[in-house]
Amino acid sequence: MIPLIAAWYDFDPFRELYDWLRDNTWDELVYVVIAVVGATGILSFVGLGALANVWLERRIIGRIQVRRGPNRVGPFGLFQPVADAIKLIQKEVLQPSASDAKLYNLPPILVFIPAMLTFAVFAWAPDMVYADLNVGVLYLLALSSITSLAIFMAGWASNNKYALLGAMRVIAMAISYEIPLVMALLAPVLFAGTMSIPGLIDFQKEHDIWLAFLLPLPVFIYAIAATAELNRTPADIAEAESEIVAGFHTEYSGMKFGLFYAVELINSLAVSGIMASLFFGGYSLFGIEEYIPPWIIFIGKIYFFYFGLIWLRGTWPRLRIDQLMAFAWKMLIPLALINVVIVAIEVLLWRELELTDWVLAAYVAINAVLAIGLFAFFFRIITRDYYRLPRRVRLEHDVSVPSLPAPPSLALSQPGTGVGEA
Amino acid sequence: MDDTAVVVAFYVLAAITLLSALMVGMVRDLIHAVLFLILSFIGVAGLYITLSADFVAVVQVLIYAGAISVLMLFAILLTPRSGRDNAGVSYSAPISVIAGLVGATIVFVALKTEWAKVDEDRFDTTAAAIGEALLDPFVLPFEVASVVLMVAMIGAIILVRPSEGEES
Repeated sequence: MIPLIAAWYDFDPFRELYDWLRDNTWDELVYVVIAVVGATGILSFVGLGALANVWLERRIIGRIQVRRGPNRVGPFGLFQPVADAIKLIQKEVLQPSASDAKLYNLPPILVFIPAMLTFAVFAWAPDMVYADLNVGVLYLLALSSITSLAIFMAGWASNNKYALLGAMRVIAMAISYEIPLVMALLAPVLFAGTMSIPGLIDFQKEHDIWLAFLLPLPVFIYAIAATAELNRTPADIAEAESEIVAGFHTEYSGMKFGLFYAVELINSLAVSGIMASLFFGGYSLFGIEEYIPPWIIFIGKIYFFYFGLIWLRGTWPRLRIDQLMAFAWKMLIPLALINVVIVAIEVLLWRELELTDWVLAAYVAINAVLAIGLFAFFFRIITRDYYRLPRRVRLEHDVSVPSLPAPPSLALSQPGTGVGEA
Repeated sequence: MDDTAVVVAFYVLAAITLLSALMVGMVRDLIHAVLFLILSFIGVAGLYITLSADFVAVVQVLIYAGAISVLMLFAILLTPRSGRDNAGVSYSAPISVIAGLVGATIVFVALKTEWAKVDEDRFDTTAAAIGEALLDPFVLPFEVASVVLMVAMIGAIILVRPSEGEES
């Protein structure tokens, strides 16, 4: 246990401190000091990251939507998040009198726990892992399911119909998107034969290939499902302003709302981190990690994918709830199932026949073709109803609407009104 | 691994698990009952971790706290008028007696059994061992379980499907 945690350091001063502590004091103190230092490092990254992300997100979305974004407080509006935080803290805290008082105050704190815990298993550098769990990937999945529970609690405790609708949508989405998410993450686990995050990164380093090239389909499935689980804009039906006010956090004001907002940003970082470690080589970057500290590469990758998420948010319209559900059940789950079979066969061939690494290159080509083909096929199926719609207005003579006692003056099959059309 | 730390962790987790399990039955609000049940599941997951069964612990959180409890919440939300009432039932006395007897049996068996002690205090890869066990000696039960789940899924689809001529 001690060497596991002690391996956290890539910073030389810390390594010297660790050596000194190990030589001069007893083991438990080393354990405690290292745990505290590691947790402080991760928490400060997450906390500062949340502040920075508010600014980044608003500036970049402003850029995308051809406006300036925050630009008054400090240089380039850099202090805007600080001003926002001060404003949120000093706002009056309102609590609806009919709310479930015991539950109401818990969720803003509770959503933070899984968001923070996610960062514990990330590998920031070869020896910089806070907790190298054997079941790292499963651990990440288990945490993501707890987040949606906390959001459900928030919506329920508010005792507001819009909040309850938001809560129910969160639960529905959690059930639907959990399945393709799990099956997409099964693919890299199958290939690497391990569930630990450093193990997955070592596999990618050892074979000199990012799993993203090997497994293009799971990357897309994971990206889509994770965006849905994050409640970000293409899929933020749980807080859709145009439909249900603000969804689950309608009744939360002041810093309680601020916490929900911060958790969303932290979870975006976590999802980007999972994407970077599982599919895009984590801290490794074609040998450049020898010259640049690997944790900088990892943070760079995290922010690369985070930029992708912001881009999605700035450009895509919101999906309807039925579209989102249909997309999960009719497209992502069958795709993920087919993909698991394909990957299992490939891994079996590779392992059992003890083929050399050149076969991985062949798999890259095969999987790319399969991914494009399957995506095209399922898009055709899912958009079939749209293409079957009549392309031009036409008269329908033999459509009868039996249960409608129409006034005689209004003809039912008036052309152009759409009443009699199929 | 430090023994006292494990013992303290065990008692704390056991207290959390038992108290929240008790609250499931005591609380009036049905949603609160489910949330306490989730806390109890998480406590059990913590107990698994003290036994160094990391895979089982994480699966416990993923399946029980993440999926099954969410299904329960969904069922409560979709059931009209039951949402807020964890009311007493008329035959609570016999149920209490049966539950007490089951509990007494478990305690009796637990005290009577001569528990085998494992020498090494942690296993390294429980996930791999469980996978091999499922696909080698226990492959038949595994396959039977998957067939049973398949049948249940098809049955559910047939039950909720609109019958012929009844569109949408």
